[in-house]
Amino acid sequence: MHDMSAHAAPHHAPPEGFIKNHVFSLDHKVIGKQYYTLALVAVFIGMVLSWFMRIHLAWTNAAIPGLQLLSPAGAPNGLMTPEYYLELMTMHGTIMVFFVLTTAPFAGFGNYFLPIQVGAEDMPFPHFNMMSFWITLTAFCVLISAFFVGDGPPLAGWTAYAPLSAVGSIAGPGEGTGQVLWATAIGIFCIGQLLGSLNFISTVLDMRTKGMTLMRLPITAWAWFITSCIGLTAFAVLLPACILLILDHVAGTSFFIASGLVVNDKLLPHSGGSTLLWQHLFWFFGHPEVYIAIVPGMGIVTHVLITNMRRPMLSIKAILYSMWALAFLSYMVYGHHMFVSGMNPFSSLAFSFPTLLITIPSTVVVLIWIGSLYGSKLRINAASLFALGFISMFVSGGVSGFFLAQPSIDIMLHATYFVVGHFHMVMGVAALFGIFSGTYFWFPKMTGHMMNETWGKVHFWLTFIGTYAIFMPFHYLGMAGNVRRYSAFTDDYLVPLIPVHKFITIAALCTGAVQLIFIFNLIYSRFKGPKAPDNPWECTSLEWTMPSPPPWNNFGGKDPIVYHDAYQYGIEGSSGDYVMQDSHEQIQTVRDEK
Amino acid sequence: MAKLLAVTIIVIAIASAVPIVMHTWVAPVDISTHGPLIDQQMSETMAEAGISFLAAQLILAIFIWKFSGRSKDAKIERFPGGSMGLVLAAFLLVGTEVLALGAFGTKAWAKVYFTAPAADSMPIQVQAGQFAFYFRYPGPDGKFGPLHPDKIDEANQNFFGLDPANDPDSKDDIVTAEMAIPVNKEIHLLMHSKDLGHSFYVRELRVQQDFVPGLDLSLHFTANKIGKYEIVCTQLCGLGHYNMRAYLEVMSQSDFDSWLKQQAANQ
Amino acid sequence: MKTGFRYKFAALFTAGLLLYVGIAILGRRVSAAPPTGASVTGTIKLDGTPPHERPIDMSKEPSCAKIHENNPVRTESVVVGPNGGLQNVVVYVSEGLSGNEPASTEVQSWDQKGCQYIPHVMGLDVNQHFKVVNSDQTSHNIHPQPKNNSEWNKSQPPGSQPFDMAWTNPEVAIPVKCNIHPWMHGYMVVVKGPYGVSDNNGDFKVSGLAPGNYTLTAWQETYGTQTQKVTVTVGKPATVNFTFKAK
Repeated sequence: MHDMSAHAAPHHAPPEGFIKNHVFSLDHKVIGKQYYTLALVAVFIGMVLSWFMRIHLAWTNAAIPGLQLLSPAGAPNGLMTPEYYLELMTMHGTIMVFFVLTTAPFAGFGNYFLPIQVGAEDMPFPHFNMMSFWITLTAFCVLISAFFVGDGPPLAGWTAYAPLSAVGSIAGPGEGTGQVLWATAIGIFCIGQLLGSLNFISTVLDMRTKGMTLMRLPITAWAWFITSCIGLTAFAVLLPACILLILDHVAGTSFFIASGLVVNDKLLPHSGGSTLLWQHLFWFFGHPEVYIAIVPGMGIVTHVLITNMRRPMLSIKAILYSMWALAFLSYMVYGHHMFVSGMNPFSSLAFSFPTLLITIPSTVVVLIWIGSLYGSKLRINAASLFALGFISMFVSGGVSGFFLAQPSIDIMLHATYFVVGHFHMVMGVAALFGIFSGTYFWFPKMTGHMMNETWGKVHFWLTFIGTYAIFMPFHYLGMAGNVRRYSAFTDDYLVPLIPVHKFITIAALCTGAVQLIFIFNLIYSRFKGPKAPDNPWECTSLEWTMPSPPPWNNFGGKDPIVYHDAYQYGIEGSSGDYVMQDSHEQIQTVRDEK
Repeated sequence: MAKLLAVTIIVIAIASAVPIVMHTWVAPVDISTHGPLIDQQMSETMAEAGISFLAAQLILAIFIWKFSGRSKDAKIERFPGGSMGLVLAAFLLVGTEVLALGAFGTKAWAKVYFTAPAADSMPIQVQAGQFAFYFRYPGPDGKFGPLHPDKIDEANQNFFGLDPANDPDSKDDIVTAEMAIPVNKEIHLLMHSKDLGHSFYVRELRVQQDFVPGLDLSLHFTANKIGKYEIVCTQLCGLGHYNMRAYLEVMSQSDFDSWLKQQAANQ
Repeated sequence: MKTGFRYKFAALFTAGLLLYVGIAILGRRVSAAPPTGASVTGTIKLDGTPPHERPIDMSKEPSCAKIHENNPVRTESVVVGPNGGLQNVVVYVSEGLSGNEPASTEVQSWDQKGCQYIPHVMGLDVNQHFKVVNSDQTSHNIHPQPKNNSEWNKSQPPGSQPFDMAWTNPEVAIPVKCNIHPWMHGYMVVVKGPYGVSDNNGDFKVSGLAPGNYTLTAWQETYGTQTQKVTVTVGKPATVNFTFKAK
């Protein structure tokens, strides 16, 4: 792919009016901010849902005053019913995975910075881009509506296994209208993401400015590109799966429902369907999805760390190829969610092998990060703290994967809190740290104001310790056999574990409260923060060549010209300790060290 | 602040390892014949994971401590061995290790899944349905009568939908709400779901297997310790999922025979 | 004298009017008097050997199993008392009601206790309120499965307040189950007019009937229905006995 300096970028006229500027905007930067805001709202809702869940698990028979306002049937007099717990859990997972982890690091930061980092004025299809946001927002509204329609949200988990999710309201509260709304919302979300991925991929392939070869792209641009490629194929499978699920509900089909099932005293008329088919379709999407959630974060962390270490990574190519390997392998490992599902036990071994293999690229990335810290000039600020925290979290969450990758061990740990701890750490918290790191790093560029560093550091410390306090104990619970998705712990062997749950709940409530510091910092700094210079972090990529915030047409109507690789720091003989990508300075390019 | 972070990471890493090393929360004692292989696999994986975890966090902490707060003119240094050394380390130290673990782990898996049940194993059928497990013993004729989903009548405790009036094989079937088995006798567990996805998990027995509606699966195992254990459902099946369990009683052969007789009288 | 005649006519007319009104009022009071006097009693028996009722194993719910440790509970589809009386039979009026019979205002309790429904069978009038109570330490999820009424199910965690419900249409009978505990079953029989439910001796009483001719129907969950005609007068309780044949 050659760079396209003479390529017709979509030069659009400056937008006029509030609506065109801030609501139905074609500008990728506005769209990026809209996605980020959506993710902020979603994470707040998702977090509150988790508070309700955690309080109920720790103090099961106590009423939560006021909960009846949210659902008089789900929590009469504030006493949470078993089904309402599961409904909150389903919505928590769905909102967090789709509307936070897929949205903020990828659609949020990606939309804002990808065109800038490749040197373009905007993405090639701004209308599709705008549509992708509004479609995603529509999906969010449809999902949230499940709280208020019919007999509540579905209770089958974010994984919505059939036949529970397919047979309709006869299987339980929320399984009728709620489940259909869920599947509809997710289907709409898929469409939004497909449009977004289309834009990201064509931006990287077609919109790079003169001199911006593929290998000169910042790692964040690569991360967003790889994520879009995964997204295109993964969401393309989830969408039909959701359609089939909806058909089972409304058209009397039996895609996922076998014959002879008696649910709630009713012999169902279905036949020919397969329970496992849903699992295959879902996890074929589901496993690549977790890489969609983490790869942008890996890109952000790499970018932030390099800037704050004042030296390139030992090998950016190793990180890049590892990300590609993760993407490629992610399609081959999905059956590790199904080791004891009843699929052929030989298949379990077959899926286990690439799952173990996938530790290699993950380890390469982590080792390159850590190895590059050696001999660096590490700067500590809120952004770099969260980036370092990401490494720690990713290691912690990653090693628990050694256990879950093996079917024989999975016999003991499947469907326990061990799995819940694993994915919360390696995907939830790590990705969140990536988002925080990106926020502290790019906020000055996006708003023209600096965030408060002191509060940022306080936010980091309390969150870092808090999230460890919450999620590390999950692993111990799992090893003791604590089953997940239980709304109460009444089994003989579970009762003695309740004190651990109480500890976790208190940690969760405290850590959640700490996030108010971040929100306050965001809002306050947006209006009252000190003015940000163009390049406060002395970073080399193209976004730092423009004013903070950037003008509506990014590079002022001109196409930038790129002369250097992305991470020219600490160059012998150069005038400063870094060289911007568009600098005319002639230097001996620092290539990957062997 | 970097030094504080380094110390914090080390403290967190050690604190995380303490409950593991102290065996504070562990799986209960194994009562199965295939369990030792699984437990061994678990210990080896824990050693490997533990070492990787502690080493990575420690080295991360050390580098954060050593290489922050350096002066602007300090020289950037290259990690000995460079990226190639690290990539090799990833492949050899971690990659080969986990692949080896996986390879050895196939033995434990094979013992459970790739061996056929013994010819004299005792068949017991377990039916999972919202929100209870029910068990069926074939009775003296050794045969299970056919299931008729349309004849299920829980009000009259016909949980399986048996029709003894028309199916002679069902006449002596024994349906129970608890699963009792004789110690040291191989059990051939036939798994049937009445309605949705469920799962059969007994920690002490080192067994976990999903029920698949429409697909009758089977497991076999032998318990070698007398006692009372819990069977819990681990596949989300609806609002009563948390309450779905049954007791497994491993008894001496003579106790089991008395129990079965008593249950037969209650049919 | 013409004037005198006018006065006489007015007096007579007024007297007549008063008499008419008085009779009308008195007459109404007579027919509006609450029909408390008339009732039907009887005994319901089972002819033959009752089916073997299996003991219920509640081991999955130890807090309930403990309650029945020494006295196991059995399936209640046919409950026969010590004297051969058939319990839990609902007797109601299937023909002959005027339609003015007021619904019973008693608020009965449908109690979930020891993982059993107490009572196992509840008779109810259309729109008669009842309370659902959870007396156990475990959650229950009460799920009636009507055909002529709106279906609902509600979870009641332990310590919940009782909640109030009523049925709007007659239905004989609505099966009730617990979604969490598969052995819990009962029936709600919703009728119009007075009804009675037989006790452990098989004795029942249907009271609050106006004198007249009626057809009574007895409903038992396993054996179905039987009918008998009865004539009811004030002061002398009528007796109707039913006998169901064991299969």
